[in-house]
Amino acid sequence: MAAGVAAWLPFARAAAIGWMPVANCPMPLAPRDHSKRQDELIVLNVSGRRFQTWRTTLDRYPDTLLGSTEKEFFYNEETKEYFFDRDPDAFRSVLNFYRTGKLHYPRYECISAYDEELAFFGIIPEIIGDCCYEEYKDRKRENAERLMDDQEENKDVKLPNMNFRETMWRAFENPHTSTMALVFYYVTGFFIAISVITNVVETVPCGSMPNQKDVPCGERYTVAFFCMDTACVMIFTVEYLMRLFAAPSRYRFMRSVMSIIDVVAILPYYIGLVMTNNEDVSGAFVTLRVFRVFRIFKFSRHSQGLRILGYTLKSCASELGFLLFSLTMAIIIFATVMFYAEKGSSSSKFTSIPASFWYTIVTMTTLGYGDMVPKTIAGKIFGSICSLSGVLVIALPVPVIVSNFSRIYHQNQRADKRRAQKKARLARIRIAKMGSSNAYLQSKRNGLINQLLDLTGSEGEELHRNKTSSLLESQHHHLLHCLEKTTTSCGRRSLVYFRLKGANGAHEFVDEQMYDQNCTENTLQSFPSRSPSLSSHGGFIGTCCSRRSRKNIPLPNSSMSTTHTHMHSQGLQELSAFDIQCLDHSGHSIRRSSLNLNPNEMSRLNNRGQQITTAIISLPSPSSDGYGHGPSNLPATISTTASSNIVKVSAL
Amino acid sequence: MFGGEDDMKVKSRDESLNTSGDLDGSNDLLTGNFPSGQKKRNIKQRFLKLLPCCHTESTPSIKKDSIEDDFEIATVCYRPDGLEKLLEQTKFSKAELQILYRGFKNECPTGVLNEESFKLIYSHFFPQGDSGMYAHFLFDAFDRHKNGAVRFEDFVTGLSIILRGTVTDRLCWAFSLYDLNKDGCITKEEMNDIMKSIYDMMGKCTYPCMKDSAPKDHVESFFRKMDRNNDGVVTMEEFLESCQKDEAIMESMHLFDHVI
Repeated sequence: MAAGVAAWLPFARAAAIGWMPVANCPMPLAPRDHSKRQDELIVLNVSGRRFQTWRTTLDRYPDTLLGSTEKEFFYNEETKEYFFDRDPDAFRSVLNFYRTGKLHYPRYECISAYDEELAFFGIIPEIIGDCCYEEYKDRKRENAERLMDDQEENKDVKLPNMNFRETMWRAFENPHTSTMALVFYYVTGFFIAISVITNVVETVPCGSMPNQKDVPCGERYTVAFFCMDTACVMIFTVEYLMRLFAAPSRYRFMRSVMSIIDVVAILPYYIGLVMTNNEDVSGAFVTLRVFRVFRIFKFSRHSQGLRILGYTLKSCASELGFLLFSLTMAIIIFATVMFYAEKGSSSSKFTSIPASFWYTIVTMTTLGYGDMVPKTIAGKIFGSICSLSGVLVIALPVPVIVSNFSRIYHQNQRADKRRAQKKARLARIRIAKMGSSNAYLQSKRNGLINQLLDLTGSEGEELHRNKTSSLLESQHHHLLHCLEKTTTSCGRRSLVYFRLKGANGAHEFVDEQMYDQNCTENTLQSFPSRSPSLSSHGGFIGTCCSRRSRKNIPLPNSSMSTTHTHMHSQGLQELSAFDIQCLDHSGHSIRRSSLNLNPNEMSRLNNRGQQITTAIISLPSPSSDGYGHGPSNLPATISTTASSNIVKVSAL
Repeated sequence: MFGGEDDMKVKSRDESLNTSGDLDGSNDLLTGNFPSGQKKRNIKQRFLKLLPCCHTESTPSIKKDSIEDDFEIATVCYRPDGLEKLLEQTKFSKAELQILYRGFKNECPTGVLNEESFKLIYSHFFPQGDSGMYAHFLFDAFDRHKNGAVRFEDFVTGLSIILRGTVTDRLCWAFSLYDLNKDGCITKEEMNDIMKSIYDMMGKCTYPCMKDSAPKDHVESFFRKMDRNNDGVVTMEEFLESCQKDEAIMESMHLFDHVI
């Protein structure tokens, strides 16, 4: 039942009095309204803006958030109001829906924001009133197209595990992805051009033999043209077969327009090969040669403008159909009229109505060849009316087609622009994401350093406590830390552990450079010593420095997305080893007990029998792409503690 | 809020060929008729407008019409009597009147309810059948002044009788609903119309299927019960008498005690 008229239910029930006297059977009992509440005002506090309405207004639509008991979740006992942390401007339309029964879509509102608000309040967008529905649908469609474009571009990303066939298909579809594809693209384009030019030049009269009139070049240099044709057709055939092989769905590929064009382009040649030079079939053979001109359509793979044009014509099919239909109607009318008007005049070319069609078409399109002209006065009058109406009829559907083309063209422009901007956008997004994961790594490092410093005493008081991470951050980091610990198998107990190596089944978050290094340096890191002290590995620095970043390898525990591939391709600068100079370890004695009494973070590190290994913190130089803005303050602060030995603490 | 005036303020612009005038209550409220006198004039004026040679001094008035022709809404604003007066006239409490008025005004911002809106509202409650005819009879019953529009007073008076009146009052109201031409007696034709309209509300999809003769049979049985003297019509006295004898009907009248 339309809830807007729920207020009228008492009236409808009262109107049932008309049925009572005529009813033959007793009526069922009426439901009693036990909660005889007086209608009350409800206060809805939406981000500070207070809206008030009657309770019954909201009860009109019981399957929405405000109309059901779901709003009790948002009730604030102290202020006795319902608090929603949402956009108050969008809430206006939501509340008006309850009041008036009509949902309107405000034009200034972003479509996805509005959709989210509706979804939050449990209102389906289909009930938007007619006044606003069209606008809503248009904007939604636009948005969907935009998103679809974005998703389509993602297919450019090279997945690491593509087999040969998929690689080939990708090369065919996007020639920019590899050099080979580009070469292939240009070669085929070149051959299409050659083929078309050959077809054209074949028919040009090529100089005369002494005893014959001009012969076309095709007949004069038959062999040469035949060879050229053969070469082109071979290339096309090979290309078609390769595409057919690489297509993910061969059946769908064979039905696609481009493949049909390919087939039609090369088929006449093969048919010509098998046919003999009979008189009766040579007529048909000549017709087949016409199909060779379809090769020019193969250019549409190379030209986006052609594709847009084709797509426009397809999408304007109804307008074109209307144009055709109205033209046909007009042609028939005027041809008939002209025929009967000119019937009287002698030696008239208007011999029949179909013969007049030609005159009508030529006149309506304002061509006016002049091979057929009316001679009678009536004929001339109707001829002029014909040409005037032709202008009108043709001019009417054309703007629709033009606007369609313009819309599609602009859409493509926008898509290209977005593609160009996408790289920069992705880079920025990646930096932001790196920032968050670096924050975690850095905070861990900070935590460890702080604890080390606590152990050693007063040095470097100024180091720690400068980064008071928010509660949210610390909780997040704790969570990540727990994850690390979860994937650790319990090993032998050890004393001071800064890091657990993968050899014991532990996993930790690292940044990429670390991971690269670790992969190659696994063998170097088996230390038999169980000494609780921190060991220094000077040799590592060297290897670390010389290491460049390699191609992206997806990291198993990495919290980063795979979109940072492009970062590497953008040429990250050299990694520079960053040494944390923390302690002068030669001087102090680390009391094992005190270490064991360390706060939980340290104790969690205490797994049995872990070997002490170290890692090297490698960070790209901060100036490269603003990347290391987080840890960049670290070198300055850490290096103030002068120490002879370099202790490398894990960059975790 | 509830102004003390009792006049109808018709703030309409020019008369026009507005077919939506019906819905907006722009009908001439005094006579209830469509302003047909101006119709022919407008068609002629429109035709004259087309021919460029006929721009006479009547042009200004033509222009005035043509601008506001299709989109004009004659705004009729009617305010009901004061709350106190309604309290006297009906048996509702103040809060109930307020709630009723809010619902009424929400649906009819102009202050009057015309038949189309009435039918529309009523049809929301009976999605399966066609309630138009019964709504029409109801409208006539509520519209005491017979002016094609139900004002808030009429509405609330009718509701007061049905929901707060005595059983006799209710029966009288039902009788006046059945008596279509208000001549004091219900004829078989009138009853047939009413019955058919009630059966129409059921719609086609019933189980078991409704026979076509069902309304007629029902009317027959009604007349057998009500018509004491078998003169083919049911008068008010016969109606009241028969209803008071019928237990089921008396019981059903009490259904309306707690609707509001």
